[in-house]
Amino acid sequence: MKISWERASFTRMDNRSSHSSSVLLASLSLLVLLLSAIYAFAQQDWIRTGTGLGVEKVKLAVPDFKPSTTDAKNAELPKAFNDTLWNDLDNAGIFDLVSKSFYPMAVPGQPSEVKFDAWSGAPVNASMMAFGNLGVTGENLVVQGWLYDVKNTTSPQVLGKQYQDKASTEAARAIAHKFANEIIFRLGGGIPGIAESKVVFVSTRSGHKEIWEMDYDGANQHQVTRLGSVSLSPRISPDGSRIAFSTLTKSEWDILMYSLDLNRIVSFPRYGGTNLSPAWSADGTRLAYSSSRGGDPEIYVADASGANSRRITNAPGPDVSPVWNPKTNAQIAWVSGRTGLPQIYTMEADGTNIQRMTDQGYAVSPAWSPNGQFLTLAWIRKYGPGEPGSSDIYLMDIASKQWVQLTHDGGRNDFPSWSPDGRHIVFQSNRSGSLQIWTMLADGTKQTQLTTQGTNSQPNWSWK
Amino acid sequence: MKQGWMKSIMVVFALSAIMTLGACKKKVAPPPPPPPPPPAAPTASLTANPNTVDKGQATTLTWETTNATDINIDGVGAVKPSGSQQVTPTESTTYHLTAKGPGGTQEATARVTVNTPPPPPPAPSATEEELFSQNVKDVYFDYDKYDIRGDQAAAVQADAQFLAQHPNINFVIEGHCDERGSTEYNLALGDNRSNAVKNALTSAGVNASRIKTISYGKEKPFCTESNEQCWQQNRRGHFVYQK
Repeated sequence: MKISWERASFTRMDNRSSHSSSVLLASLSLLVLLLSAIYAFAQQDWIRTGTGLGVEKVKLAVPDFKPSTTDAKNAELPKAFNDTLWNDLDNAGIFDLVSKSFYPMAVPGQPSEVKFDAWSGAPVNASMMAFGNLGVTGENLVVQGWLYDVKNTTSPQVLGKQYQDKASTEAARAIAHKFANEIIFRLGGGIPGIAESKVVFVSTRSGHKEIWEMDYDGANQHQVTRLGSVSLSPRISPDGSRIAFSTLTKSEWDILMYSLDLNRIVSFPRYGGTNLSPAWSADGTRLAYSSSRGGDPEIYVADASGANSRRITNAPGPDVSPVWNPKTNAQIAWVSGRTGLPQIYTMEADGTNIQRMTDQGYAVSPAWSPNGQFLTLAWIRKYGPGEPGSSDIYLMDIASKQWVQLTHDGGRNDFPSWSPDGRHIVFQSNRSGSLQIWTMLADGTKQTQLTTQGTNSQPNWSWK
Repeated sequence: MKQGWMKSIMVVFALSAIMTLGACKKKVAPPPPPPPPPPAAPTASLTANPNTVDKGQATTLTWETTNATDINIDGVGAVKPSGSQQVTPTESTTYHLTAKGPGGTQEATARVTVNTPPPPPPAPSATEEELFSQNVKDVYFDYDKYDIRGDQAAAVQADAQFLAQHPNINFVIEGHCDERGSTEYNLALGDNRSNAVKNALTSAGVNASRIKTISYGKEKPFCTESNEQCWQQNRRGHFVYQK
């Protein structure tokens, strides 16, 4: 894949920055508003957020890209491209995509074909439009795409891109992801899009619990490990080159390391005892994990190679599921049963300054937001006899310990993991009748099921 | 006559030497007394048919004597000069007939071999494994707990006692949890449970080097229904004999 030319215009900085700053404001204030809404809805246990809170999303029109050549053999390529692009922009959570049913009959494939009034006026009322063309010449797929500010007729172009690759469905999808990421980066406050990100997870569909990987939108699901045992808790490294996970070996649980570059298991120390839930620091230099090598499960920190392990907790009972503060790499949140039912705690990475975050119930599976400000967790808040209590995903502001509930739709929801842009959360839920992987925006909206075959659990979103 | 007497003495001597094979004193025939001619020496024979039986089966002893007045078979008692009788020996037996008469004493034996089936209890190692599974009881836990419950203390003590009496048995304690907890937390909890049982046994005198522990969390449940009865089955420290 190569990008042969770029023709981004930045002449309309004033206009563009007004858009991007409002989007920036929207995205940054989204979670803050969400949390401040707790006070407004203090007695209410269900909080819906989004446009209702007065934050305008960018109205974006995305007409299907026009075929620039007609090739019956490759009829599926334009559809794969258009579906993926639409889905990526819709998933981004920062756009109000104008329904295609409002679009004019004639859609542009080239800048010269753009009729500004038809897109900026009623009924479309778009602020921005992504359009272009797609052609197959011989073995090559060529895509040209533009992003236009349709309310600015004199200098509308925000982005112009051309992509070329071998003609295949995978390439069409990959190009759509790249173009979507460009648009999201431009209009989403400079935060890179997640359209090229991956999710690793545990699937039973081979007959054993093995580690699998898929694109962030559920496409391209494929098996990674073939160990024939029980493999759990996959965590992808910040550079995307390795997956650390825990496997039931002959006589114990060991942390194993899989290289996605070499496509095989690479060496990692066997510590003895039950070794669980590895977690990468954001700089990729350290791993935190749980080990019972001393007779009680405690949190340890090691180099990424597994060397120089040292214990940082010391309390009887389960200590497990550590995660690093990805902003600082200096704090760790984890689950401890030191007082009975599991609760979420935070501490410095050397084990000092232990803070209990959850006040009651059964709280597990913390995940630290990329900006360092929030934890998401799985919580049965009302646990006890006669309290069936469902396990739901919650969002907690670390500084204030204020929380909001993100899932309400029944079933057991667990193992949330943040997308690299901090706007999405992937998690497992059995609400559909079997354990599957779902995504949602970080405010709990747009809950979407990604997997259907076998049972699928413990998703972990890649770092970029 | 003298020659015949000498001959019969020789035959009797040879017979008794063969049949008793050192079990009785070899009597050197006394020098033939002078006339009057002595009374005829007794003769005796004893057979068992069949001479090999399975345990519990009968065999028939048949004997014949001459010139004897006092005939006795060990274990049977006094018998007529000739006859047969069924016997049911419980183990391999050598029947011993003694025929006494004015002319002396004659003995005869018959060996009956009794085949006994091999003893039912097999090799001792299999016994230990059986005893282990019969005697060592799993230890059950409360929800989200890993301390030994009051009603389980007796089971742990009995386990410790058995294991102390069988110091050659090595074993694994598996920690299991019910389905309600979260995957990672349950694996840590199961580890605490297996170690809690191990610690209880070691403090009761069982050598720690015999014990391995592993947690299965909720990965290998004994029971898959969603009710308390089933969950209780899954919250346990499970003992596994190690060969």
